[in-house]
Amino acid sequence: MSHEIHDECDHCGHHHELVVDGLVVDYRKTRAVENVSLATSCGNCVAFVGPNGAGKSTLLKSIAGLLRPTVGNILWRGTKVGKWSREIAYLPQREQIDWSFPITVRGVVEMGRYPQTGWWKSFNKNDDEVVEQAIDEMQLRDLADRQISELSGGQQQRAFIARALAQEAHVLLLDEPFTGLDRPAQEGLVTVLERLSTEGRLVIASHHELATVPDIFDEVLIMATHQVAYGNVSEVFTWENISAAYGDGLRRSPDLEAAFARAQENSQEVGV
Amino acid sequence: MSGFIDWLLEPLQHHYNQRALVAALLIGFTNGYASAFVVLRRAALKVGSLSHALLPGIAVAILITGLSDWSAFIGGLIAALIVGLGSLAVSRGSRIDQDSALAILYTAAFSGGIVILRRLGVTNELSEWLFGNIMNMGNNDLWIAFIIATIALTTLTALQRPLVMMMFEPNVAASLGVPVRALNYVLMGLLILVLISSLQAVGCILALGLLVTPAAIMFLFTNSTSKLFWGGGIIGAVLSMSAIFIGWWLDLEQGPTIVLLLGIAFAIGFLISPRYGLFKR
Repeated sequence: MSHEIHDECDHCGHHHELVVDGLVVDYRKTRAVENVSLATSCGNCVAFVGPNGAGKSTLLKSIAGLLRPTVGNILWRGTKVGKWSREIAYLPQREQIDWSFPITVRGVVEMGRYPQTGWWKSFNKNDDEVVEQAIDEMQLRDLADRQISELSGGQQQRAFIARALAQEAHVLLLDEPFTGLDRPAQEGLVTVLERLSTEGRLVIASHHELATVPDIFDEVLIMATHQVAYGNVSEVFTWENISAAYGDGLRRSPDLEAAFARAQENSQEVGV
Repeated sequence: MSGFIDWLLEPLQHHYNQRALVAALLIGFTNGYASAFVVLRRAALKVGSLSHALLPGIAVAILITGLSDWSAFIGGLIAALIVGLGSLAVSRGSRIDQDSALAILYTAAFSGGIVILRRLGVTNELSEWLFGNIMNMGNNDLWIAFIIATIALTTLTALQRPLVMMMFEPNVAASLGVPVRALNYVLMGLLILVLISSLQAVGCILALGLLVTPAAIMFLFTNSTSKLFWGGGIIGAVLSMSAIFIGWWLDLEQGPTIVLLLGIAFAIGFLISPRYGLFKR
């Protein structure tokens, strides 16, 4: 069943849509997300940016089906996201994970097969193959039997992405995936995310390093509880929108200025 | 030589020692196995609160129905559930976090239990409920231990995959379809049952030691969850049964000896563990 779905989505011109429509989410009795709407599809790499407490994580969790919307709808391939979906993978912030937990890289990746195997069923040949393939794709072969605590930040992130691949997910929701990674690991992760989206998956990540947005993402949602702007990076990643979300505290640094310029360049490339 | 062997086997001559050994096997293994979940969940404090909450339940049960093993069992169960669910309700309905709520509720309940038991004039029983008496295992106590061991071990083994996923990262588990909230209640419920099973043997205060230490010892040596479960069970069973013999030979109270042995084993593990001990390389 899983294969058939993915073939459709891959390179075949079919684009599965994710639509968020007028979403309001209350979290612990406060309004965390107010009136957010977006429509994107497989093949894209989308950033959620905004200051701390802007509701980025809440929005990701809502799309993953972990939080129930107060108002509004989330539609994946035309149907409402109810509780959870095998096609949507959620990757929490690295600091939320207990890295001393006794589990190997392979153990983490195998968790992705839970929707297929359920509580008891042992792994069949296909399950094993999918797991091994995911490990190879994320270049974790040599580390497969290591404890997760022994990995570097970038390797830990890749182990979790491998889990999403084993799940055969179409949508990857990543909460602050770049936080705490050193420069080479960040660059490695950019390559991985680009590959995932060009292969036809939808990658959505909350992101706080504004200066790198144009280098990684195609689309951006700028939010501060409410939605400030959503669209192609080249169109909406501007000083006006960013400062509207972040308020007066944000400095218009040369780095940021250069990022806005790069976003514009990209738009011209696309235009040609 | 045969004199020495006679001396070694002498404890087995006695009816109550045989019962104590069976109890130690059942309770030790079940607690040791379940302790893996407590350690992985980092829930020792929570379980400790619940173990103290058993006392007022027993007290109220004695107050209402008189002293019997079954009423004490039901009373302890209800009290632990009230304190556990009550703390959840307080943390959801106010800004007080669940650990604080648990501390408030269980200390209040525990004090209530002491007051009632003193008032009833059953001070002897009070110390027995607090610290247990494994040499006095009645038929009902053994039955309770056996039934709880069966329920807990089968459920925990059957649900191991989703439970481990939930304990590793609840959000990821939920996004993969694990019924996290329901499993949480199942796990807490089972841990309360396991606590109750060791009540007669080691009492409600020392029960905590039996439900934390075995897997904690394993955790110093292994990185495999299944070794944590089974190793914890074996350590719990072997040390509990050893304590019956040692207690007999050295004339020590057996219940506390179980927990003392576990403590000593943990200290040794802490010193010699090559990877996670004090002198790790």
